[in-house]
Amino acid sequence: MIHNQTMIDQRPAPSNTLGPVAWLRANLFSGPINTLLTLVGLYILYLLLVPTIQWAFINADWVGTTRADCSREGACWVFVNARFTQFIYGLYPRSEIWRANIVFGGFFTLIAWLAIPRLPFKRWVAVFALVGFPIAAYVLLHGGYFDLPRVPTHRWGGLMLTLLLASVGMIGALPIGIVLALGRRSNMPIVKSFCVIFIEFWRGVPLITVLFMASVMLPLFLPSGISVDRLVRALIGLTLFQSAYMAEVIRGGLQAIPRGQEEAAAALGMTYWKRMGLIVLPQALKMMIPGIVNTFISLFKDTTLVMIIGLFDLLGIVQAALSDSNWLGFSLEGYVFAAFVFWIFCFSMSRYSQYLERKLNTGHKR
Amino acid sequence: MTQAATNTSDPHAPGLMVEMRGVNKWYGDFHVLRDIHLEVKRGERIVICGPSGSGKSTLIRCINHLEEHQQGDIVVGGVPLTQDVKRIEQIRRSVGMVFQHFNLFPHLTVLENCCIAPMWVQKKPRREAEDQAMRYLERVRIAEQAKKYPGQLSGGQQQRVAIARSLCMHPDVMLFDEPTSALDPEMIKEVLDVMVELAEEGMTMLCVTHEMGFAKTVADRVIFMDQGQIIEENAPEPFFNNPQSERTQLFLSQILGH
Repeated sequence: MIHNQTMIDQRPAPSNTLGPVAWLRANLFSGPINTLLTLVGLYILYLLLVPTIQWAFINADWVGTTRADCSREGACWVFVNARFTQFIYGLYPRSEIWRANIVFGGFFTLIAWLAIPRLPFKRWVAVFALVGFPIAAYVLLHGGYFDLPRVPTHRWGGLMLTLLLASVGMIGALPIGIVLALGRRSNMPIVKSFCVIFIEFWRGVPLITVLFMASVMLPLFLPSGISVDRLVRALIGLTLFQSAYMAEVIRGGLQAIPRGQEEAAAALGMTYWKRMGLIVLPQALKMMIPGIVNTFISLFKDTTLVMIIGLFDLLGIVQAALSDSNWLGFSLEGYVFAAFVFWIFCFSMSRYSQYLERKLNTGHKR
Repeated sequence: MTQAATNTSDPHAPGLMVEMRGVNKWYGDFHVLRDIHLEVKRGERIVICGPSGSGKSTLIRCINHLEEHQQGDIVVGGVPLTQDVKRIEQIRRSVGMVFQHFNLFPHLTVLENCCIAPMWVQKKPRREAEDQAMRYLERVRIAEQAKKYPGQLSGGQQQRVAIARSLCMHPDVMLFDEPTSALDPEMIKEVLDVMVELAEEGMTMLCVTHEMGFAKTVADRVIFMDQGQIIEENAPEPFFNNPQSERTQLFLSQILGH
C-alpha cells in the first residue's frame, strides 16, 4: 500500500519540445526522408514564386495610359489602371459616379461598423443596414427622384454590380433559407411538401438555367405591358436559387441540435416561434457558420454567371474590356485582377467567419 | 381523443392537480401506456418506478404533452389537455419539468437560462426576472455560478440549475424524469437534497426515479409500472415492506438486493 502524503507540483515541459527550432526539427527535418521532401518542396516553391514575383511586380509596368507605355517584359497593369473606373462602376455615367461612391462608402462603413466589436448601437446600425440603407442606395443609384438623373440598371456594372448581386442574394437567401429549413421539418404536410418541392426544384436546376429562364422565359408568362427589370429578375433568380442551398445547410444545423433542447423550451411553455427563435436557431446558426459562409462565398462567385443574360459584373466588364482592339492581348492581367478582387472579398469572408466561430465558441462548449 | 377530452366539463374535485383517465398510447404498433388511471392531489408527492421500457417516462411526458396520447383524458389543474396548441402551452406554463439530461440551454448563461421563459413567456421585465432567478438559484445553492455557462458546471450543478429554471415559472406541479440517472454517484445527493426541500415545502411532484431512499423519505405514494401498466400503487411503507404483486417483489428484490 502506498500513501502519498504530498501532491506533485506541476513542472514545465522539457525545453527541447518548445520554440521555433524544435518546431522545425519536429515537423520538417525529423528524418532523412522528411528532410529530402522539405528541400524538394522548397526548391519547387522557389521555381514557382520567383518568376511570378518578377512578372507581377519587378518587371511590371504601372503608369501610363496606352499599350505603348508597356514594355511587355512583365505584367502591364497600365491596362487595369486605364480601365479601373469601368471595372468598378461599369457603364455608370462618369458625371454621376459620386452617387455610386456614396453608396460604396456607406456600404463599407456599415460592414465595418457591424464587424468591429467595440462600436456601439449594433442593433440600430443593423436595422439601418437592412432597411434604410437599401432604400437610400436604390434612390441614389437609380435616380429619378430629387432631381437626380435616372440611371437605368443596364448601365450598372463592374464591382458595384457584383457587390449588389452578392449582398442582396445573401441578405435574401438567409431568411428564406431559414423559413424553408423550418418548413421542411414541419409536421404540417402542406407546408412540408411545399418546402421539399421548392428546395428540390431549385437545387436540381443549374444556376445558368435559372438565369436564362428569368431573362428569357419569365417575360413570356407575364401579361403584356408588365415588364420586370432584368436586374431584378436576376436578383430574384439568384436569391431563390441560393436560398434552397441555404435551407439545406441550415437543416443540417437544426438536426444537430439535440431534441431535448426543444423539449425543454416547450416544457417552459414557449410557443413554436419562441422555441425556434430563442433556443434552437441561435445554436444551429452558430454551429452552421462555416456552412453558411461557404454558401455565401459560392454565391459571391456565382454572381459572375449574370454575364450570360447581358449584365456586366466585374468579370463581365473585364472580359468586355479585353475585346477592345486597343488592348488586345492583355487577358492575363485582366483575369489576374478580377481573380485578385474576388479573392480579397472571399478570403475576408472566410477569415471573418473563423473569427466569429472563435468568438461565439468561448465558454460554452457542451 | 380530442372529442373525448372536450366533452369533459364535469367539475373537478378541488385540489386535484393531475387527473388521467383511461389513457392509452401507442408507438406505432407498440402499446406503451395501457389504461392509465392516476389522480394526483395538490401537494401530493408521487414516485414512479419500474423496469426500463415500462412507460414511466412516457406517462409523465404525456402530462405536459411532450408525448401525445391517443385515448383517454388528461386534466391538468382543471384544464383538459386537448390538441389545441394554446391550451397545451397554458398547461405547460403551470407544469415544470426536469429532464434526465438537464437540457439546459448551452448558449445562455445560468442566469439567462432561468430568465428566458419568465421574460418571453410571462413577459416579466428583465430586472424582475433576474431578481427572481437569483432567489431561486440561491435556493438551489448555485447563485455564485450565475454568470457561467452550463458547459462549465458539473452534472449535479447543472441539474440544480434546471430545477431553478423550472421553479422560475412558478409551476403548480413538477415532473422529474429520472433526474439523477445521468449523474455521478457523488453528485446525486446534492440534487436529491434540493428535491427533498422542494417536497417539504409542499410542491406537487411526480418523480420517475430509482432512488428508493428518496421514495421512502418524501413520497406519499409509490407507483410501480411494468409493460405500460400501473401494477401497484401504495404508500411507501406498505409498498416496500409488503409488496402485493409478484412483479413488484421481483423488481424490488433486484434493485434493493445488492
